[in-house]
Formats: sequence, structure tokens, C-alpha cells
Amino acid sequence: MTEAPPKVTLDLARDSGLTAEEYDRITSRLGREPTYAELGLFAALWSEHCAYKHSRAYLSRLPTEGPRVLQGPGENAGAIDIGDGWAVVFKIESHNHPSFIEPFQGAATGVGGILRDIFTMGARPIALLDSLRFGELDDPKTRRLVEGVVSGISWYGNCFGCPTVGGEVAFAPEYAGNPLVNVMCVGLVRADQIFRARAEGVGNPVFYVGNKTGRDGIHGATMASATFDESAAERRPTVQVGDPFTEKLLLEACLEAMKAGAVVGIQDMGAAGLACCTSEMPARAGTGMDVELSRVPQREVGMTPYEILLSESQERMLLVAGRGREDDVRRIFAKWELDAVEIGRVTAGGALTARLSGEVVAHVPVSLLADAPKYTKPTAPPGWLAERLAFDPLTLPEPPDYGEALLALCASPSIGSKEWVFRQYDQQVGINTLVLPGSDAAVLRVKGTPRALAVSTDGNGRHVFLDPRRGAAMAVCEAARNVSCSGATPVGVTDCMNFGSPERPEIRWQFAQAIDGIAEACRALEIPVVGGNVSFYNETSGQAILPTPIIGVVGVLEDAGRRATQWFKGAGHRVALLGLEHASLGGSEYLWRAHRRLGGRLAPLDLEAERKVQAAVRAAVSAGLVTAAHDCSEGGLAVALAEGCVTGREPVGLEAALDASGRGDHVLFGEGPSRVIVAVEPPRVREFEALMAESAIPWRWIGTTGGDRLVLRLGTKTIVDVALDRIERAWRSGFERHMA
Amino acid sequence: MRFGVVVFPGTWSDCDFHYVISEVLHQPVKYVWHRERDLDDLDCVVLPGGFSYGDYLRAGAVAGRSPVVDALRDFVARGGHVLGSCNGFQILCEAGLLPGALMRNECLQYRCQSTHLVVENVETAFTRGLRPGQVLTMPISHGEGKYHADPEALRTLKARRQIVFRYGEADGRVTRTANPNGSLENIAGIVNPEGTVLGLMPHPERAAEAAMGSTDGLLLFQSLLGSLVEDGSFLKR
Repeated sequence: MTEAPPKVTLDLARDSGLTAEEYDRITSRLGREPTYAELGLFAALWSEHCAYKHSRAYLSRLPTEGPRVLQGPGENAGAIDIGDGWAVVFKIESHNHPSFIEPFQGAATGVGGILRDIFTMGARPIALLDSLRFGELDDPKTRRLVEGVVSGISWYGNCFGCPTVGGEVAFAPEYAGNPLVNVMCVGLVRADQIFRARAEGVGNPVFYVGNKTGRDGIHGATMASATFDESAAERRPTVQVGDPFTEKLLLEACLEAMKAGAVVGIQDMGAAGLACCTSEMPARAGTGMDVELSRVPQREVGMTPYEILLSESQERMLLVAGRGREDDVRRIFAKWELDAVEIGRVTAGGALTARLSGEVVAHVPVSLLADAPKYTKPTAPPGWLAERLAFDPLTLPEPPDYGEALLALCASPSIGSKEWVFRQYDQQVGINTLVLPGSDAAVLRVKGTPRALAVSTDGNGRHVFLDPRRGAAMAVCEAARNVSCSGATPVGVTDCMNFGSPERPEIRWQFAQAIDGIAEACRALEIPVVGGNVSFYNETSGQAILPTPIIGVVGVLEDAGRRATQWFKGAGHRVALLGLEHASLGGSEYLWRAHRRLGGRLAPLDLEAERKVQAAVRAAVSAGLVTAAHDCSEGGLAVALAEGCVTGREPVGLEAALDASGRGDHVLFGEGPSRVIVAVEPPRVREFEALMAESAIPWRWIGTTGGDRLVLRLGTKTIVDVALDRIERAWRSGFERHMA
Repeated sequence: MRFGVVVFPGTWSDCDFHYVISEVLHQPVKYVWHRERDLDDLDCVVLPGGFSYGDYLRAGAVAGRSPVVDALRDFVARGGHVLGSCNGFQILCEAGLLPGALMRNECLQYRCQSTHLVVENVETAFTRGLRPGQVLTMPISHGEGKYHADPEALRTLKARRQIVFRYGEADGRVTRTANPNGSLENIAGIVNPEGTVLGLMPHPERAAEAAMGSTDGLLLFQSLLGSLVEDGSFLKR
């Protein structure tokens, strides 16, 4: 059936994406030329996507340890102890390129992939969050992408039965040729029942479970093989096709097999499919694996060993079972109407042996496959940076009418309501969601405990573009601040690093700087990074995206009942601004929306002040002193106050006096870290003041809720006086008017 | 009262119903696998939400022909009660246990949102503790919830007072804007002529605890359990 595989040469290796040096390294370590299937293994496992060649050296700078950490980076997902014997398992991943080629399936399979990462750990997924970035909405192509991505996420997440509870959507022209689809998943597991992707126990059976293998998704590097195989004229697209129903069955079957004690180790067949699992699982355990590829369930005929190893068909797992538990595995998967086929054994000796009908097609030390080269190439700040930073936004004219300027900003698609998106997602299945999408963080209860989890994802490409180090640190702070505003203590971080091509020194510089910024902020806030994902090559025709680290933070609320949301709850509440009043129009949403400029310097970031402000907010929420708490981010203080007024069930007015020392646009719309708005009912004012004094943070009262207008003053001068219904209309229609 | 929550491949509201029945209502409850036919030890069978068999053919079409649904016919004939929510409602229609069909939402998108249900018929096992015109708050979460029945079936539904819930405004008016999916005459839930089989698109299990934003979903169960006092004082609780 199968024709003789092509002869392996340096040219072929190059076509597969390996460099001459890498190919040399392979041949000298093997002591021979690799076979065709082996070349495929190396090409896939040594690809940037799998091996993090350009990023590993930097990623090691991130703090990954802490007293609560049960599993740091290196597994399918990270795990954090949340008390009472429970652990939260979470990770964020990108599916940017597939989503651009085929938005619906690209986004859907992005959801599928991250769900599997969570449930291979033994955790039941309880929440999804999506951070999306697109080009400007006046381009009909963008609208098509938004529709496709949102409906793909909706289809997969809803059918699978995991609620989508948060995330963010933002628009900037730099994402037009490269949208970002980052999906975070959060799961719960008993802390002593976490499963890992390790092939322990020589002699243990290796099971292939789940969907059948097809030629779909045989990836970038390996697509080169088609030129050597004229019969493969019908090249399948590189985007995989998802099946959320099968994924749901796989979830139930895997959790049931784990509960039955039949599972030793398990890994999702994600990128590089079977090749990745059969090498990584034994590599982690210091074992080997011997697998018979003809036993792999296939839905196409005549697949070559190369194709079987490298297929990225969805909804599949490799499972190492305990010896003697084979029938249990088969029975459980049969109950869920899924394939579970024993394809091999765990072996001693540290080699991956792949056979086709008995004949060895690959025999490679797994340690060699796992030992891709690590590159630290020179970095250099981009040449254009100095000019961008030198730009002073205050050289631009002030808006003629601040009320209109605020309305325009509330109607920015990046700031306006995303209800159009979220109403397409099931937000409640599992009946855990205490705070639905629309506040700073989503809050989910942990049944059987008094606790809840708060989750937020954040990132600001413009900030990172202007100052990768501070911008990335600010993203960590913002995500953590959102979680703190709900009352929860941040306990863990996952990061999705979306950047351009690492082959360019300025992109490497952005990346290295951003990692340093994340590391500094995580150290200062004492939140370890327990997993994440790097997505390079986000560029089209040499035009890179804004460098966009998306930060996901998970926090723990000790008392689920003591939580806060961002909107004002009624009239007569005193409103306070906590934190430093440092802000800047540099890289702000206002600067872009009003003036189409991207430049200037970011506001300073004082990590110690940030830590204290967050601690103060948490203390105030957990003491039940505040009726609302809201982080100030895109759009600045004025937008944060406007959101406090109109994002709740009933609009609530506000009169506030802001810092009179700066220019109006700077005070109203300048963006900066470490600022939180809270509302306090009069009887609690004194207690609140005492708590703030104790917290030793800068803060002051700025106004009182009530009425049906938002009135903002600089000193005694009223510069905004707008009816709430106008603000609400602007905010509600800002995004949705583009999608009608 | 003994409850059974049916699990099809692809069901996902099963755990939620199980939780509410056992932890909130403190009633005995067990899961019922879709291949089972023996329902003798049950008083009420719940068909929960989800995507049974992926809803790949048509929502509820495959599940509607499963062994457990087949066994429901006898179960209902013997006086058993059935509550089908979301996918469960679709399955009951596909199986012919309730008339009509659920079609793709008029907006052609999935909808997850809070809805107001106006109670029309209080002479069913599931609504006997409610007032006519009472407004309940419960979320929906579906892509195929547009109820349809042909004119004759609709006449019969009305004649036999089988329409139990309609989507309405918070003040009880049944309006076009309150209809989230384009359902015929805002129909959100119907019963069989005997009032023992209820199908509705909204999710009562998601409105069963104050923490989840509404407890109106409990009223259906409490009606069923007969735990409601005749004068309606439960409403004040």
C-alpha cells in the first residue's frame, strides 16, 4: 500500500524546517541519517511551536514556584492548591494562525485544545475565557472574522458544556492581518488526584483513545512532504476540524478511567500529535515507548507512518494504563462509544520505537527528540521606538467638548459592551458562575466549599508596543487588579505571548523585555506563572502585530459571599479613588480613537504601590465595606467611572471632582496602573477610612452617586455633564452597531 | 419523590439537575443511562439540557429514539412525571411525547440570557403552586429553541390548555421584543394534555439558588412535590 518513503537528505531536512546545524546535530547524535519518519519527528518536535527554541532561555526567568503550586510549567497545564483538598488547573493557549485561515474551525479547535489540556490533568473544566484581537471593524473582513471566531467558540464551548465566563475583545489595525485568539481554561480537581503526562512503568500498556486519525492538520513543517508524494494531491487544509461532541465523550471517559484507577499517565495529542505524545511522555519519565502504528484507528486509507505520527486530528489522547487494567480502559471507553486501542508498551532504554506492521520505521532516543536546541540570539530595540516615545500627546489640542469625547470613547468598539459576543456563549452551565461576564473578573463558586475562584485575562498591545517591559508588567498588574477588585487573592498566572517573528532582533527584544516585565510584576505580587504558551510569527508581509502578552490570573475568594462587582448599586454611595494618580495619554485608547496616534510614554509603574492598592481593595471587599470596586484601565478614569454608572442592571448617576492639576484629557482619559474606584455606603464610611489609613495607600473621596447624569469637575470647573442614557447608549452600541 | 436524571452522550445539565434535586431540594435522585429501560423505581424523570449525540442530525433527533425515551411512554402512561428542559424539550418533541418542534433561533445565533416567563396554565403538576400571569425569571441557553407547531396543532394546544409558559416582559406583557428566539406566539414551555409531561427551553436548574440570581426554577419542583401550601404563602418565603 505505502510507497517507499523519500530519501532523507539535507535539502529535505531544510524543506521540513530544520536548519543545517540542526540536521548535523541529529545525524551526529544518531550516528546515522534519520529515516523519513524520524525526520518528521525531529521536524515537528524541534519546530518553534513544540520546542520553544527561541523562547525557552527567556521563559526560565519567570517565577514558577510558590507554596500553593502543585504543578508548574512543563505539563499539560499548571495546578494551584486552593484549600480543602481542591486544586485549580488552568492554562491559556493561542490559536491565532488557524483562526485567520478558517475563523470558525480555527477558534473552535483552539477551545478544544485547551479543554483537553485541562482534563488530561484529571480536572473537570469549569470555565473558559477568550482574549481576542482583531483589526478595525470598519473593514468588512474583520466583521467576518469576528463572526466566525465568536461562533466557533460558541459552538465548541456550548456543545462541550463548559461555560465561557470572561475574556476581552479589542481592535487595532495592527491585528488586521493577524487576529489573536487566545483561550484560557480553568478546571477543578482533587489535589491528590492530578494526572500527569508521564509514561511510567516499563511494561505498562499504551492506549490510543478518542477520535480516529486522519490527514487533517498535518502541520506546516511537514506539509513539505507533499511535494515528494504526488499521490497526496488532495492536500488537506492545515486547519483541523473540531468535534465538540466527541470531546465531551472523551472528557467523561477519561475522568471515569482515572477515577477507576486505570490510568498511569495521559497526554493530549495536540501539536505534532502522536509524535509529541510518544516522545514527551517517556522523556518525562525516563522510559521509552514501542508502538505499532498500524493499530492506530484511522479514518483514511493508506496513511503513511509519517502521516500517522504527525496528524493533528482533534479529540485524541495517548493514555498509559496500569498493567492488568486493559479491560477496564476498553470497557469505559466502549461505554462512551470511543475507540481505545492498545498500540504499544512502555519500554526501558529510553527509545521511541515506531513500527508499521512490525517493521521499525523510527527508532530514536526520546531524550534526543526532547532536546531541541535553545537559541539566544542578539536582541535590539526597534529603530522607530525612540521617535514614538518622544511624541508628547499634550502637544495635541484638547477636545472641544469633553462630554462628547467621553461618549466617543465609551462607543469605541474596544470599550463598548461585548454583550453581542457573550450572549452567544453559555455562561452558566455547571451552575457555578456567581459573576457573569461584564465585571472586572468572573467569579465561580467551588461547590462543597465556602470558596470561589475569580478569573480575568488582560493585555494591552499598545502599551507593550511602546514599552514592552513596563507594558507587560502592567498587564500582569491589571489582570491581578481585576481579580482583587472582585475580592479574591491572586494565586496564579498563565501567559500567552503573542509576538511577531523571533528571527528579527527587535521582536526578540520585545519578547525578552516583556518576559522580564512579567517576571518582575509576578515577583512583586507574589503570583507564580504555572503555565502558558508562546505564539511567534504573528505577522503578515513583514508587518508584525502589536506585541501582545495576554495574562490570565486566577484568584481565590475565601468567602464566596464576600465579593464585589464593578457597577454602582444605588444613590448616595461615596466614591473613592484608590492608588496613585499617575496616568499618561501615551499608548492610550483615547489617543488612538481621538487622534489616530500611537506614541508617548507610559505612566510610571510602582509595583510596591500596586501590591498595596490591591491588598487594600481586597481587605475592603472582604470586610463588606464596598458596594462596588472597579479597576481603571482602557479609557482612563472617566471611562471607569462611566462604566460604574451604566454597566449594572440599573444606571446610577455620579458627581465627582477629579485632580485639577492636569489638562482635562490627561486627567479624564490618561491610562495608568494601580488605580481602583470603590463605592461605599454612608454608614460604612468611617470604617472604610480607618481601613485605608491602615493600608497606607494614597486615596481620596472623589464624589457621590445619584441622579441620572455623570458630572465630572476639574476643581470647580464642570467639564463633563452628560445624561446617563446617552452614555449607556454609546456604550451598548459601541461594538454591536458594527455587527448588525 | 424519587427523581431520575437521564444521561445521553453529550448531555451537560445532568450534574446541575442532580445537584439541585439532591443539595437544594434534598430529594432522592439518581442518574439514568440512556440505554436503560427500567424506570420502575422513579416518580419523575428529568431530561436535561446538552447536545445529545452532538445534536448533529437534528437537535434531540437521535436521543428521541433511544431506549430510555422509548421506555418513557409506558412510564408516562403509568402516571410518571417527565420534565424536559432545553435539549430535553427538543427530545420530547422529537419523540412525539409533546407536539411541535424546536427550530433554529430566528437570529441564527446561540442565545444565553435571562428571560421572563409568564405562567399561563397553573393546572399542571409542575405549575399548580403558581398564579396565572405570574412572571418567573429563568435563563435560556440554546441555538435551537424556536418553538413551532402547525395551525391545527396550535389550536389543539390552546384548546387543551397545553401552553404553560410564554416569554414576556418583566411586567408580564407578552411582547415581540421579549421573544428571544422567534418562538411561535412566544411559547416557552408546553405540557401533554394530562399535564404530567413538561417541556421548556429555559433552565429551571440554573434558577434554583439565590446565589445564581433567581430561585424561580425551584417553584416547578415545589409544585411537583406538592410541598406548596394552598394559600400560596410559599411565595413570600
